[in-house]
Amino acid sequence: MNDNIKKTTPNGWTIENNGWALQDFEEQAAASSGKVKVATVWLDGCSGCHMSFLDIDEKIIGLADLIEIVYSPLVDIKQFPGGVDVTLVEGAVSSDEDEEKIHEIRNGTNLLISFGDCAVTANVPAMRNQFKVDDVLTRAYVENATFNQQIPRFGVPRLLKKARPVHEIVNVDLFLPGCPPPSDAIYYVLGELLEGRIPDPKGKTRFGA
Amino acid sequence: MTEQRLHPRGKPLRTDVNPVRLLMCKIDGKDISAREDETILSVARQNGINIPTLCHLDGLSERGACRLCIVEVKGAPRLLPSCVTLVRQDMEVTTNSERVTAYRRKILELLFTERNHVCSVCVSNGQCELQALSVELGMSHVHFDYIYPRHSIDATHSRFSVDHNRCVLCARCIRVCDEVEGAHVMDVMGRGITAKVITDLSQPWGDSETCTGCGKCVHVCPTGALSEKGKSVAEMTKRRQFLPYLQLMRKEGQK
Ligand code: SF4
Ligand code: SF4
Ligand code: SF4
Ligand code: FES
Repeated sequence: MNDNIKKTTPNGWTIENNGWALQDFEEQAAASSGKVKVATVWLDGCSGCHMSFLDIDEKIIGLADLIEIVYSPLVDIKQFPGGVDVTLVEGAVSSDEDEEKIHEIRNGTNLLISFGDCAVTANVPAMRNQFKVDDVLTRAYVENATFNQQIPRFGVPRLLKKARPVHEIVNVDLFLPGCPPPSDAIYYVLGELLEGRIPDPKGKTRFGA
Repeated sequence: MTEQRLHPRGKPLRTDVNPVRLLMCKIDGKDISAREDETILSVARQNGINIPTLCHLDGLSERGACRLCIVEVKGAPRLLPSCVTLVRQDMEVTTNSERVTAYRRKILELLFTERNHVCSVCVSNGQCELQALSVELGMSHVHFDYIYPRHSIDATHSRFSVDHNRCVLCARCIRVCDEVEGAHVMDVMGRGITAKVITDLSQPWGDSETCTGCGKCVHVCPTGALSEKGKSVAEMTKRRQFLPYLQLMRKEGQK
């Protein structure tokens, strides 16, 4: 992969630079619509991180002038487009579908942000990791089901043996823990990136925040 | 009756006929005078130098279990845990070199990977020393693979429960129960990664005949491992004020 430069922000949060460069955003913005292309992805999470993103409230209007959301559960595009400047990934990598997606997203993204505890630590989705997948499914769909007891096998993604944090599968450039990360922290990170600075979220969020 | 006080290395303390010597040392470039029976940690803290700790708790004996308090001592090839290392004349200590902070980060990350810490659904969320350390040491994620071990919860006690998923094996509970309550209900069973805090002879806490139900262990536990029953997510506040207070009262009582 790209050369892995480690940067330590003044407060000590490390940012692993996997070859992305901040000025790229400005160049790309100038070349295209004048806006930075942002994607948000929802893997194995509860959508709470996305809700927190929307909780930026009226400030989101200011952001909307600078960014273009090219892919997200919030917009109606089914295929990850590629050539994306910043992607926020919510959720752990839990199924074969998640795994396939995350590689595609990494390939099509300049700066990948692990967005929220599920992406950063696998969090609640990983609570099943202590058990066998079959036992978990049996528990949920047979033992605890009143009607129609059966494990869904067709048309749904297959669970991996364990739910994993995103950075155990692909390189991640920036980590934003929190369950969910406070909207102020999200706004701060996006704002700093748009200003061409490396955000330092220390003190603005934490695990479980 | 005066019980002979021991300093952390087990040597007898000096007495009036054999008084404690003062010495000079250097911590982070600062010249500092200290008593020879003091640890690097205690001297540093008295002088406003912060060293992160987890297993250390004022009022309990030192255990040196967590290794987060490591510092660099000039001339020593390895890093030394400051809570169990005594100061020496002319010792030169560095508490925050790059090497030290890098190792601290690794130790902290390993603590997170060894058990199942799910802060968002933990009784101690927002009140936890381990979680606070992750902020203090700037740990935004772990670089190691999580182990996801299978651990049990013992909720047999009428008022307390222990969730081994959250335990960092700091042994504060063991020490407070032994040294302050005098019941010695708890201990560590097993070694390394299989080590586990047990009550009595690894019997359910609720069946314990030695536990007085004082709750001291619960309140010194830095994490969500020990909690009061009926507490939900983020509700478990720990109250530790009793400890220095009790120690002081007992010292007065001995006079
Ligand atoms: S014990 Fe602390 S670090 Fe562990 S899950 Fe609970 S709040 Fe988080
Ligand atoms: S409640 Fe008191 S006696 Fe019982 S284990 Fe805890 S410290 Fe020991
Ligand atoms: S139960 Fe709490 S106090 Fe006891 S060893 Fe575990 S973390 Fe420490
Ligand atoms: S505080 Fe020194 S080893 Fe834990």
